[in-house]
Amino acid sequence: MHELSIASSIVEAVTESAAAYPGARVKAVRLRVGALASVVQDSLQFCWELATEGTPLAGAALVINVLPVIVHCAACGIDSQLDGVQSFRCPHCGQIAADLRQGRELEIESIELDEPDSPTAGQSYWSTAEQDKMKEQA
Amino acid sequence: MTTRIVELRRGILKKNDELAAGLRDRFTSAGVLVLNLVSSPGTGKTALLERTLRDLRARGMRVAALVGDLETDNDARRLAASGAPVRQINTHGICHLDAEMVAKHLDAWEAVSFPALDLLFIENVGNLVCPSSYDLGERIRVVLLSVTEGEDKPLKYPGLFNSADAAVITKIDLAAPCGFDRDLALKNLNEIRPGIRVFETSAKTGAGMEAWLDFLAGEARIR
Repeated sequence: MHELSIASSIVEAVTESAAAYPGARVKAVRLRVGALASVVQDSLQFCWELATEGTPLAGAALVINVLPVIVHCAACGIDSQLDGVQSFRCPHCGQIAADLRQGRELEIESIELDEPDSPTAGQSYWSTAEQDKMKEQA
Repeated sequence: MTTRIVELRRGILKKNDELAAGLRDRFTSAGVLVLNLVSSPGTGKTALLERTLRDLRARGMRVAALVGDLETDNDARRLAASGAPVRQINTHGICHLDAEMVAKHLDAWEAVSFPALDLLFIENVGNLVCPSSYDLGERIRVVLLSVTEGEDKPLKYPGLFNSADAAVITKIDLAAPCGFDRDLALKNLNEIRPGIRVFETSAKTGAGMEAWLDFLAGEARIR
């Protein structure tokens, strides 16, 4: 049950990133989670609600994109997707393939923000264009 | 309202990973071999470590252990009998150790200074799921599997077994009474983590300990 720790880490990271967009509301957070990342989706969704409760992220959707395992076969020289996580063999030649190219990811892919149209409503002195420019420079 | 998508592409456990990378640099430059021991509760991490600390000390190696549990310092007291410096980490409900806990305890640990150490063992909280996501800066992650647990543990917990660098099958003195199918266990380990180094030990009888200790001593010489 480390999903609560993970949910709290997501809240922390998203809050940090969203701070660059004053006045914006986070509508959704998209994750990339590898099949071997040892994360239970239902449990993470449950913990997400708990972790966001009473924060500006409350109500934001958590979209979990599960990535299958991809291994590199030294014999065939190609990368192949595996059906599950019960056997690490090249689906083409049957040789063991320990070289993992995908499957352990645990990352925030993107966040979806609702931004107010007028800069004044966004509690920011700067216009969206100016903010974008500042972000680029940063 | 305008909708904006901001690409982050940021690791969820980035802070832990960065801390762990810092620890790894620190361990490497000090020439300390650090191992992270993971298994389910009751596999015998502490029993293996008790014997390992004692036997490595007898070989003249300088060893220490950080041991994680939710509560109690029972394990630390058991391990301290080996004469090695031992420090308990109580997580108070958290199901795994993270790099921050390790860093904090290392900083506060006056009994241990790095260059004067050959090996540091980190005994993780007994759990076959959560510790797999948390890098502690170790060079070698060792997963333990006891003969009393069943040969299919690697298939049931692929995330953790796949992340391990070596495996120790423990309590082999009980293999016969438990009807332990050694070939099946080795096959399952290799399906989930092809080519994994496997040791078979009994901390009670000492069987298989030599190969395990030789491996540790050999790895500790690689700087």
